[in-house]
This record gives sequence, structure tokens and C-alpha cells, in this order.
Amino acid sequence: MTQVTMTVNGKAASGDVEGRTLLAQFLREDQGLTGTHIGCDTSQCGACVVHVNGEAVKACTMFAVEANGATVETIEGQANADGSLNVIQQAFQDHHGLQCGFCTPGMVMSAAALLKENPKPSEAEVRHYLDGNICRCTGYHNIVKAIMAASGQDVSAIAAE
Amino acid sequence: MYNFDVEQPTTLADAVQALSRDEAQPLSGGQTLIPTLKARLAAPSVLVSLSGIDEMKGVCSDDAGRVCIGAATTHATVAREVADLYPALAGLAARIGDPAVRNRGTIGGSVANNDPSACYPAAVLASGATVVTNKREIAADDYFQGMFETALKEGEIVTEVKFPVPEAAHYEKILQPASRFPLVAVFVAKFPDGVRVAVTGASNNGVFRWSDAEAALGGDFSAQAVADLKIDSADMISDLHGTAEYRAHLVGVMTKRAVAAIA
Repeated sequence: MTQVTMTVNGKAASGDVEGRTLLAQFLREDQGLTGTHIGCDTSQCGACVVHVNGEAVKACTMFAVEANGATVETIEGQANADGSLNVIQQAFQDHHGLQCGFCTPGMVMSAAALLKENPKPSEAEVRHYLDGNICRCTGYHNIVKAIMAASGQDVSAIAAE
Repeated sequence: MYNFDVEQPTTLADAVQALSRDEAQPLSGGQTLIPTLKARLAAPSVLVSLSGIDEMKGVCSDDAGRVCIGAATTHATVAREVADLYPALAGLAARIGDPAVRNRGTIGGSVANNDPSACYPAAVLASGATVVTNKREIAADDYFQGMFETALKEGEIVTEVKFPVPEAAHYEKILQPASRFPLVAVFVAKFPDGVRVAVTGASNNGVFRWSDAEAALGGDFSAQAVADLKIDSADMISDLHGTAEYRAHLVGVMTKRAVAAIA
């Protein structure tokens, strides 16, 4: 076992892990942060997307020891300081950007990464960026709409397909 | 996944040392290796992580005008930092997998693994790049030796890839949407002394140069020159995503489109 220490959502988090312990397992099982979902466990679906040192990664395809010393952000750290939903989360609610909700943590984390590097993405750019996030409920339309709305763009012209 | 130790060296010398341990294997971005370990298709006793080695990261140009990319450089970094130096290569990097994969996966990992459907080998081969290891420099034409086979010896680590920059180049791929690997992709690079065409995703022998297309384009660099060119399907991959004949057909289509994009 190796001891790892990282900053998760602004707080120090440490624990003993095996070499094979995935970051997703460490977050969920060791830290109790079960908002990071494991959908496929083969890095296809993106339900486990978190930010490591500011970059979106699939927590099921990175070892916990590789995040030793890193700054990690998960869905649990996304809400505003007063506990209210942040802009992206609120937009998902307002635009019905989720149905069963399983993919939503990864969608929100990917959306946050997108808007950080591209604050006003086009619809095509949003869809391209979500290549690695799979939703089996909504057909993506409202997810894309929510992300466009969260970026402050008028989405009234985006009709339901 | 079977358990293993993880070594995290910060210098290349320490990584080489760590790799001399029994059953040791290098770990770069892990975007292929970790799924492989989960499927128990590999069972190393030690993984030597290369992602903490700063001397293996980053992009620069050398005196010969080549774009030199450290092996531990992620696809996302290549997409950003090579955009002005070698746009076709940056474009390839920007379309590998998805954004989260591009933030972890590395050029060295891709080149060392030599997946028959990986993107980078096509660029390395078409550019006539040089693969640099901790021991030697290997020309792309000698480096790729078949599906998942390379010239790398036990304990040898890819440290850098040096790309000559062509006058014009384009990478055209048709995506296999579930895996986000190319079903078939073609990298065309036009140099003053000739054209190089590399094909990935198609052959049972991994990435290869399509010499007929190179010859045709050498005389007349136009989509028309390769419009009627056919490639034999005998050695092509045949699986549930596409037959050998379909892949052979796509090689022609991708080549034509790549040339049309730059001619």
C-alpha cells in the first residue's frame, strides 16, 4: 500500500491505496464521494470525469497514485459556496438536461472544462467536446442546450429536434 | 486487474533503472494500458510511470526545422502547441479519442504501443519522423514492424519523436464511433522530394505506406491521380465493424479526400 495525499474540492484528502486503485475508486470508496459515477469502467462513457490539476480526465482510467499531490475537483465541489447550484448545474435543471441523471456528474464536469477553455462555444463545438460523454436517456439535445445557456448564450432559437 | 507496484521516477535515468526490475512495464498516459490491465490482458508486477519525467515533456523545433515532441507530451498539449508549427499533426492530435482521453494519453504511449488503428503511427510514418529512445534514434520506416510490434527492445523507452515538417499535409479519418479509433485513416504528407502516404486502421500488419499512391501523387499531386487507384484487400483487417474489402475501399476514399484537402 502507498499513502497518497491530494486536495479534493479544496480539502486535503489522504488514504492508503494499492497500485491498481483507480482514482474513481479512491474518490468513491475511500473518500465517500460517490457523485463520480462509474458507468462503463472502460473509459468510453465519461460518467467518471473529474478535473485533475484543472484538466478533465476519466477517473476510471487513472491510478490514484498518479494523482498524488494533485488538485482534484469532483461534482461534489461544483455547487456555490452557499450550497446553491452553480451556473452549469442550474442550467441543466432549467433546460431538463438530465433524465435518469447517471451521466450528469460527468456531463457537468466536461461542460465546466469546455467553458473554461471556450467560454462561448457553438452548438457544434459543444457536441464535439461531449464526444466522450455518453447519455442513454435524453438524446443530448437538452444537455447541449443547457451548456449553451450556461455560457450565457440565447438558446431560445435552439428548437427541440 | 491484478495488483502491481507503481514506480514514479522523475528522471529518465531512474525510469530506465526501474524498468530493469522483473516483469516491469512502462506506464505513460494509461489510456490503452489501464483498460488492458482491467481485461487482464497484461499482468506486469511493476508499472513504471513516465508522466512525472519533465525531460520527456514539451514541444520544440530543432536546427533542422523538425518539430520535436517529448514522448510524455499529451495529445491535448500537442494539439495546442503544434498548431502553428505543423497544423496537420495538431489536427490529428485534436481528434484522438475525446477531450478527457487527450488530457492523459501521450504520443510516446501511442507510438510505443503501435495499435493497428492508432492515429499517431500514421503521422510518424507519413512524415518520415525519427523515433528517439533512451538508446538510439530509429527511422519511422524501420520502427513500425507489424500489429503492436515495433523495433523497441526490452527496457527501451521512447523519449521523443522528431517530425520533419512537410510543405503540405492532411490527415483524413473515418471514425469507428464506439471506440473513437479510426476505422481507416490516411495521412498524406507532401515534401519537396516526394509524397508519403501512410494508412492506419486497415492492415493486419499495422500502419503501412501505400507506395502506389505515393508514386501516383509524386507525378501529379491531385485527387484525380489517385481516383481510380485500388489497393488489395488480402491483408486487410476484417471484423464486425467492416470487412477487408470495405476497408480497402476506404483506404482509397480517405487518400483521395486527404489529397483534395490540400491539393
